[in-house]
Amino acid sequence: MSSKRTDILQAATVAEQSDDPLLVHGGLSFHDITDLVSYHTEKKTPVAWLGAFALANIGLLTLVACIAYLFWNGVGVWGLNNPVGWGYAIVNFVFWVGIGHAGTLISAILFLFRQKWRTGINRSAEAMTIFAVICALVFPGIHVGRVWAAYWMLPIPNQMQMWPQFKSPLLWDVFAVSVYFTVSLVFWYIGLIPDLASLRDRAKTSLRQKVLGFFSMGWTGANRHWRHYEKAYLLLAALATPLVLSVHSVVSFDFAVSVVPGWHTTIFPPYFVAGAIFSGFAMVVTLLVIARRIYGIEDIITVDHLEKMNMIILLTGTMVGFAYITEFFIAWYSGVQYEQYAFKNRAFGPYAWAYWTMMSCNLIFPQFFWVKKLRRSVPFMFVMSIFVNIGMWFERFVITVTSLHRDYLPSSWDYYTPTMIDVLTLIGSFGLFFTLFLLFLRFLPMVAMAEVKGVMPEADPHFYGHGDGQAHAHPPTLSPTVD
Amino acid sequence: MLNDLREYIGASMSIYSPREDGLYGMLAEFRNPGELVHAAEAVHKAGYRRFDTHSPFPIHGMDKAMGLGNSLVGAWSLGGGLTGLAAGYLLQWWTGAVDYPMDISGKPAFAVEPSVPVMFELTILFAALGAVIGMFAMNGLPRPYNPLFNSERFASVTDDGFFLHVAASDKNFDVASTDELLRKIGALSVEKLYDLDDTAE
Repeated sequence: MSSKRTDILQAATVAEQSDDPLLVHGGLSFHDITDLVSYHTEKKTPVAWLGAFALANIGLLTLVACIAYLFWNGVGVWGLNNPVGWGYAIVNFVFWVGIGHAGTLISAILFLFRQKWRTGINRSAEAMTIFAVICALVFPGIHVGRVWAAYWMLPIPNQMQMWPQFKSPLLWDVFAVSVYFTVSLVFWYIGLIPDLASLRDRAKTSLRQKVLGFFSMGWTGANRHWRHYEKAYLLLAALATPLVLSVHSVVSFDFAVSVVPGWHTTIFPPYFVAGAIFSGFAMVVTLLVIARRIYGIEDIITVDHLEKMNMIILLTGTMVGFAYITEFFIAWYSGVQYEQYAFKNRAFGPYAWAYWTMMSCNLIFPQFFWVKKLRRSVPFMFVMSIFVNIGMWFERFVITVTSLHRDYLPSSWDYYTPTMIDVLTLIGSFGLFFTLFLLFLRFLPMVAMAEVKGVMPEADPHFYGHGDGQAHAHPPTLSPTVD
Repeated sequence: MLNDLREYIGASMSIYSPREDGLYGMLAEFRNPGELVHAAEAVHKAGYRRFDTHSPFPIHGMDKAMGLGNSLVGAWSLGGGLTGLAAGYLLQWWTGAVDYPMDISGKPAFAVEPSVPVMFELTILFAALGAVIGMFAMNGLPRPYNPLFNSERFASVTDDGFFLHVAASDKNFDVASTDELLRKIGALSVEKLYDLDDTAE
């Protein structure tokens, strides 16, 4: 065993001297990766985790309490008024769905582009995606007013013998988001199977072995299995890529297909997708900066990874900013008075404070990432990622509220103010998100071990210099065959 | 005849039947991915077909070394995708134009254009589920019990162990000669595996 370990360690040293940038730092061997990642699911529950979990649970309870209060009293407890019929519920829904785009982008699109650095972060980003989509799914469920009729959204045969209206973008949304959730969950689970098998083979207690044995499905790392597994994984990535682009496009149709000034624009689908990637990456940075520090996996999730994420934040932030400016140009160029007013009102009307919060957080602040030093500074990127998330929440607020509060009829204009219940529901949704994320960190391997090992130079059969295609004779190190 | 087919399909999923005496196969450990690929090449060249390699991650070039062709998961996915597309079309057409048509401003009860998003989403959903179900089906998973788990050493296969398993049901299998071959090509260790269900004593 020890000879094999030295072998691999030597190999790692050789690799570090070569020109290719290493994705894993610190000369870790395969076994070190397994140890480093698995350990955190096997150790005694840390006090800090319990503290954080308690805090997240308070948030979750707040959410449950707010929803119960809402169900009891009806949507009147929210700040909605006559022109502004869509308030926090839609803003929060779009916000969370947007955050949920980063994981699939990292696991699917970067996979297809052969971006090997994704292996360090894809597991946690995918987990984050699933939890964000769960948070998002809460809002359409509770905002319908008559919650007992929420199942009308689905094509279920019912006592009225009626069907959903398939020509409505809101129904497309039901399909897009639920398909996205299902496919993301399956993708994540498929990726987890080999790592759950790693945990199973290390399990010390019988219960742990049985539970992990159940979920790892009897995985043995057989090449006949890897062959189908890799193909299925590739196909899932190829299918999730158009899916992830379609989800936020469909979400944007909720707005773009209506005839409200400020909503009825063709730029919405690409601009929403860019914004989703932007906010999702920011959330991944926020979470990973903390997690890598606490769990001591800075050699697996390196500053190089974070820098690449920041570059994507810079790119998508600038795209979003470009879209904001294009909207103004198109409003002016269209010559439509209502459209022009909607945008003037956004930037200089009663919600100017929200508009400029969005502008500075999304377009101006990310420009600091042009500076390499700031891009690689962990504290700076942490602060920046929080700004981006605030900015992206305000983007959805600006789009939803400023367009509705003053439309064609000045006599119906009004100002929308959220109530305490609105605000607490938003805070509570973070409680739900962090509760799920903390459970993930505690019980599942937060780094895709099999994938990280697979991109290490030592994983390449040619690395060992036996390029002649011939088997090499080593003297057997263990004598007689054991039964 | 039917039994042969069952054996054949099982072997493609890395499931083999034990010999009468309960011997399931021989398990050899190798030093690293490079040696495992060469070992697989050598075992394949020696005429063995019912064997498999086990590793913590997929090894590039192993399919070729083992003489395996392309995976057929794609066919499952295509089948799923077409099913989803048809389901999306039929669902919207039947509910909107047949079962409960509604006349809204004289618009047609069903048209393809507004039906595209739902058709697209269902295509993706069924194609993805098709790929996953196909992968599990062709891999014979879930398989909670596997005679390989009887080996203590095999636990490292999901950590940093590289193994080659030759099934006792292979027509070339012979304890002495297989053992010799595995040692010749550099196995760190070789052990016999028994399927405990069939060994009463």
